[in-house]
Amino acid sequence: MRAWVLGDNVDTDVITPGKYMKLGIEEIAKHCLEPLLPEFSKQVKPGDIVVAGRNFGAGSSREQAPGALKHLGVAALVAESFAGLFYRNALNLGLPALVCADARRIRDGDRLSLDFEKALVVNESTGQAHSFEPIPPHLLEMVRDGGLIPHLEKRLARTA
Amino acid sequence: MAQTLAQKLVARAAGCSAVAPGEIVTCKVDLAMMHDSGGPRRVKPMLERLGAKVWDPSKVVVITDHYVPTFDDDSRKIIRIARDWVREAGIENFYDEQGICHVVLPERGHLRPGMFAVGGDSHSPTGGAFAAYMFGIGATEMLGVLVTGEIWLKVPHTIAMEFSGKLSSGVSAKDIMLFLIGRFGLDGGQYQAVEYRGAAIRALPMQERMTLCNMTAELGGQTGLIASDSVTEDFLKNKIQTWDSDPGASLMAHHHFDASALAPQVAAPHSPANSKAVHEFKHVKPSVAYIGACTGAKLEDLRMAARVLRNRKSRVKLMVAPASLRDQKEAEKDGTLKVLQDAGAEFLGLGCGICAGYGGKVLGENVVAISTTARNFKGRMGAASSQVYLASPYTVAATAVAGQVCDPREMLQ
Repeated sequence: MRAWVLGDNVDTDVITPGKYMKLGIEEIAKHCLEPLLPEFSKQVKPGDIVVAGRNFGAGSSREQAPGALKHLGVAALVAESFAGLFYRNALNLGLPALVCADARRIRDGDRLSLDFEKALVVNESTGQAHSFEPIPPHLLEMVRDGGLIPHLEKRLARTA
Repeated sequence: MAQTLAQKLVARAAGCSAVAPGEIVTCKVDLAMMHDSGGPRRVKPMLERLGAKVWDPSKVVVITDHYVPTFDDDSRKIIRIARDWVREAGIENFYDEQGICHVVLPERGHLRPGMFAVGGDSHSPTGGAFAAYMFGIGATEMLGVLVTGEIWLKVPHTIAMEFSGKLSSGVSAKDIMLFLIGRFGLDGGQYQAVEYRGAAIRALPMQERMTLCNMTAELGGQTGLIASDSVTEDFLKNKIQTWDSDPGASLMAHHHFDASALAPQVAAPHSPANSKAVHEFKHVKPSVAYIGACTGAKLEDLRMAARVLRNRKSRVKLMVAPASLRDQKEAEKDGTLKVLQDAGAEFLGLGCGICAGYGGKVLGENVVAISTTARNFKGRMGAASSQVYLASPYTVAATAVAGQVCDPREMLQ
């Protein structure tokens, strides 16, 4: 799927601008990345992958930032590093945030696929494969369940 | 083994005698704070979906600050949900239109050294000024805390920022943070614990310490910490325990700076990391000076601005949004507000105001502003074309008087 390549320190005010925060996620998603890529929300396709440099998601605790990307169908985020709070939020929503040291080698528009078994981002446009750090073991089950809410649902059902 | 302050706080919450950096632990939460935006309106439907209740309502604090004063039907609805939900959930610690959560929480005595706390806002590390482990989380993770009373944590390493000497008159905690963020970048904190220490830090009043820990968010730390001492005790008006790092505890990095050598700092648009000494920006002529937010409009901040503005007039549009009702009342009592008013300040309602950019008042197209707030990301405070410079209350006030970016030390002589 298509790679959308962004730079370093892409902040949550750019991913989901504050003036839309009073709205629901459907509306917020329409303005996702608006200050940076005004057409992003219209052009992104389900399964696409957002690729960034260092410290993706710097700033606010608003989880509508990863939420809007997920709502638009983004399959995963691949970055050299993530802001810690954003990283937790993304995984809590079941959106894989993958730390990849070679993220910078991916070009905008490249066709990517993900191999979770081998922890690889496969770049079909260049023929290269870049390894990503596996999702931490203590969070794997939660991500597999689709995020913290479905994970808690399962846990609560077990104890009920 | 010698332990850092962060390790000790996490170990207590995890029920262990000691923890090692990198270890994954589950901590019991002593306090969970939420505001109107990331709080009730988000967690209420999730709690209903799970059919779950709040684990311990006495440990939850809800504060309205993002959408107050309300300005349209959406904001009125968000605030109404908060008011109704606290009643339904049996949450007695509810502060409605009393000011910004990070300032109201300690001023109402909810934080104590040794605690482990989470907040539904990225500036939650502010609580670390009280030697409490406090950090920001999103709404879904908050839901997890509300249901289980627990949260996972990767035990952080500690990065020590040690400031010896004494800050010059006209230089403040805000300048320390802009300097550090400029030096180390928005991810300099590496999502670890950043501990501020040294003689210059010990000499700071509590609200200045809060500014340091507050902007640990922009430095990219998970939390910012300062050991508790007599300053903490005086502020809390209660006997406290001393929480501090052990001598010789292992640090990820230990940086040393001389506070006496620090000049006022200004960060250019659109990142707090674009900071340099104030004299580099003398050509900038803002049309708006904003004194607001948890970072920059506490009582100490208002007093700093007033020291510069006394018997002077602002040449630009000067707006002040005090960070809490209690601070506003104190500032009224001691004459600070009168000084700001005489200088031409317009007062805005209590709350996050323009800083959050959530509505109500925002910056218009192409406005150049200088602000005491924490973040100047593109479009945050209004139009994407607006240009926000960040500085201390001293520097914002001096700039308002001069009509161009000005070193406050020139006006404080």
